[in-house]
Amino acid sequence: MRKVYHRIIQIAGNVITVEADNVAYNDLAEVTTSRGTSLAQVIRLADGKVSLQVFAGSRGISTGDEVRFLGQPMKVSSSEDLLGRIFTGAGKPRDMRAPIEDKLIEIGGPSVNPAKRIIPRKMIRTGIPMIDLFNTLVESQKLPIFSSAGEPYNELLARIAMQAEVDVIILGGMGMKYDDYLFFRNTLDEHGALSRSVMFIHTASDPIVECLLVPDMCLAVAEAYALENKRVLVLLTDMTNFADAMKEIAITMEQIPSNRGYPGDLYSQLASRYEKAVDFDGAGSITVLAVTTMPGDDVTHPIPDNTGYITEGQFYLSKGRIEPFGSLSRLKQQVNGRTRADHRTIMDTMIRFYADYKETLEKQSMGFQMSSWDSKLLKFGSRFEKEMMDLSVNIQLEEALDLGWKILADCFDSTETGIKTELIEKFWPGNK
Amino acid sequence: MLDNNLGRITGVNGNLVTVEFDTYVTQNEVAYAILGEKKLKAEVIRVRGRRADLQVFESTVGLKVGDPVEFTDELLSATLGPGLLTQVFDGLQNPLNKLAEKSGFFLERGIYLDALDFDSVWNFTPTAEVGAKLRAGDSIGWVPEGIFEHQIMLPFAFNGVWTLTWVAAPGEYDLKTVIAKAVNEKGEEREITMVQKWPVKIPVDCYREKLLPVKPLITQQRIIDTFFPVAQGGTFCTPGPFGAGKTVLQHSLSRYAEADVVIVAACGERAGEVVEILREFPELEDPRTGKTLIDRSIIICNTSSMPVAAREASVYTAVTLAEYYRQMGLNVLMLADSTSRWAQALREMSGRLEEIPGEEAFPAYLESRIASFYERAGLVKLNNGKTGSVTICGAVSPAGGNFEEPVTQATLKVVGAFLGLSRDRSSARRFPAIHPLESWSHYKSIVDAKQIEFARGILRRGQEVNQMMKVVGEEGTNTDDFVIYLKSEFLDFVYLQQNTFDAVDAASNEERQQYCFSKVCEVLNTKFTFESKDTARRFFQELQLIFTDWNYMPFKSDSFNKQEEVIASKIQENLRHA
Repeated sequence: MRKVYHRIIQIAGNVITVEADNVAYNDLAEVTTSRGTSLAQVIRLADGKVSLQVFAGSRGISTGDEVRFLGQPMKVSSSEDLLGRIFTGAGKPRDMRAPIEDKLIEIGGPSVNPAKRIIPRKMIRTGIPMIDLFNTLVESQKLPIFSSAGEPYNELLARIAMQAEVDVIILGGMGMKYDDYLFFRNTLDEHGALSRSVMFIHTASDPIVECLLVPDMCLAVAEAYALENKRVLVLLTDMTNFADAMKEIAITMEQIPSNRGYPGDLYSQLASRYEKAVDFDGAGSITVLAVTTMPGDDVTHPIPDNTGYITEGQFYLSKGRIEPFGSLSRLKQQVNGRTRADHRTIMDTMIRFYADYKETLEKQSMGFQMSSWDSKLLKFGSRFEKEMMDLSVNIQLEEALDLGWKILADCFDSTETGIKTELIEKFWPGNK
Repeated sequence: MLDNNLGRITGVNGNLVTVEFDTYVTQNEVAYAILGEKKLKAEVIRVRGRRADLQVFESTVGLKVGDPVEFTDELLSATLGPGLLTQVFDGLQNPLNKLAEKSGFFLERGIYLDALDFDSVWNFTPTAEVGAKLRAGDSIGWVPEGIFEHQIMLPFAFNGVWTLTWVAAPGEYDLKTVIAKAVNEKGEEREITMVQKWPVKIPVDCYREKLLPVKPLITQQRIIDTFFPVAQGGTFCTPGPFGAGKTVLQHSLSRYAEADVVIVAACGERAGEVVEILREFPELEDPRTGKTLIDRSIIICNTSSMPVAAREASVYTAVTLAEYYRQMGLNVLMLADSTSRWAQALREMSGRLEEIPGEEAFPAYLESRIASFYERAGLVKLNNGKTGSVTICGAVSPAGGNFEEPVTQATLKVVGAFLGLSRDRSSARRFPAIHPLESWSHYKSIVDAKQIEFARGILRRGQEVNQMMKVVGEEGTNTDDFVIYLKSEFLDFVYLQQNTFDAVDAASNEERQQYCFSKVCEVLNTKFTFESKDTARRFFQELQLIFTDWNYMPFKSDSFNKQEEVIASKIQENLRHA
């Protein structure tokens, strides 16, 4: 029987301080108040004083309430039974089914030895041409989706969850609107993807501290599955809420803020989560896609800025489309040379023409005269936006490449494209 | 190790642990926090009264108030000896491959392995004789390590003059065996093995004098060697926003720079990038030696998810290894990617220590730490008259890509060359994205300074014309100005840009650079005449294509020579028409 403490000496924000001894850093405790029991985690030890962040928040805690230390850190089940289930940030069932408590593992474990990683070589198909063709997603990649508020990032994530060719999907929701949670649940259910998914959802109305646990819970489960040779895709939305939750706790703990109030270890904290993306030498893999909404649409804001330094590229979601210029998959070179002979050429050529099209649009808006070349570009640009960039387009890579050739052939003649003769002979519509 | 020098934990805050000690502590000494079976390495960073603050190099999860701490009385040190080359270490010099054999996929905390294999056997040849008067860093003998004669030196920590009293006969010895004995002026005798330890935060200074770096370090990157050169023993930095190609540039440097030894410190960056080095270097050939690249490399890898305090140590470990090889008369290049992550590690610790913050919450001592780190670079004359050098290249990752931030500014004060990477150039796919007008270098180029000035003049004016054209349009620009703009674009495309993924273009040696640059200058110097802007543009587009193809051809090969004639006739074609 563990000792129970009754002396809470400080309550500030969601952090309580209690006088206790023989308590280990990061251990869990149960705080029992008149309104129920909540978990709490040790975040600082100083002499006899123990500071804990209370998952359910400190509202209603009285100085005489009970604190009982559990003598272990936060754990999550890694059982196969998790598939198809939905949990809160603290790991409690959200779907009114029984809790799962076998195969418990610690969250936030040590990082992977770089010597046990391999160079990623496998593509993940999503059926979205702007990803598959132009910025290929690669197994073990970590990519944020930079987005302004109001963009359909959750729709995009849901589509990827339904279509991505992986074994397991783990969805982590942070500060999610309840409607969005229902949207995810229903969409995955309708498309039969729920049975291969695990969801850890913290909604906007849940206590803020639980938000902090979501990425660690998701990634610990992902790691356990990956070690059993599964290809796991972790989808996180929205990392900005996670960073803001971290800021809130840091300020409560009177830490010195570094940039716009964020704690000095923001980079390390984000990195330790994103770096869980891995392709194991001799086991499965973890791929991470994380929505990061940019406050004020500003990419130099500390959250997207630090994220960009950590991740292997980024998708920019703007005006309901994946923007081809800012978006980048740093790993695409590893795979797009081995898909189809024309993949890189189509990718480069179409992007080049689309850039020219943008320039022509500018000229047009300034009232310059349009040449015959300009009108060709205008035709190309509008078809490219409609048939490739639109997020509703759902075709496999090969189809997308064929479509690329078709659009090019409808707008230009083959010499104008500057594509190598060898490829023109093989792929140009009419030559086949 | 003193068994009785113990302490007790009184507080834990992240990776900062406060300890009450019994007898005495030394600033920066290593201590171990004892957690059951495991010992967690830590370093003393502040002492107040009977309490010391320790930064723990591991996760502190599970530590309790009252847990014991063992002080070692030793500063954080690197192990130096034969067998360092080809290895992959973490920031505390644990060999990662052996760690993987021992603990599998994950970096379990509390496991520390010897940096060197003490049972490995080396073929020792003595060069100093009994009775020789030696100073620290002087050679006693050597063992072959890959392509080098690895010097076994009088340990750096030996003060004063020592007389060699015994030295082992030529033969094979392991690293535990005593291979020499020496006595100092006070009559104190000590035994010497092939391995020594040196505290990483103290510069090795066993040389006669520091010299001015003058000889260029050829990196085989045209924009660097020609426009913004780096000297052997110099320092340079490559700041840039994310996605500007810092890491790709560092990889190119680690592959193609003409240094004897390359030490890569992957400090707080992506693990995936290190994996590329780890997996590819053992297979890539080093054209200078015919061996693989790993044979001349040491990789220190403390990626972003590895413990923060060890990240700070990793940079010092790397530079200490660099100084060790410099002591053998070798030219060492050390690449640190990225120093901003190192500075952030300082900031995290400073925050936990509740120090009064400076700009952007970086500690007030940030500048002096950065300065003293870069000052460890240098060209030195050793006691035996030979020279050796350590060149340091630091990548900087400024927040928001803004160079006005403290780490970039502190770095710019102390480096000899600034290679600023720009987002505009990288978005335009112009690689390496080093900005040709904002960057600078204090070192001497491999081509004539006047030519460089001339070429930069063209770039500057080209940019002005380009700015102007954005306002008045092409039709409002006169043809002469337009040709200058085209020339600057030509210089940019055929010389400043370099395709790091092409086998030939990726590396351009000194001779080739001098040869090609004079050809490019010839074009820049030629007075072309054009009927219209369209013909001018077409001419330069064609010329550019010919030149780019030329870049892809092996130097002085048949195709290279033929292409040169094509260039000449293309230029003549225009002059004839005029």
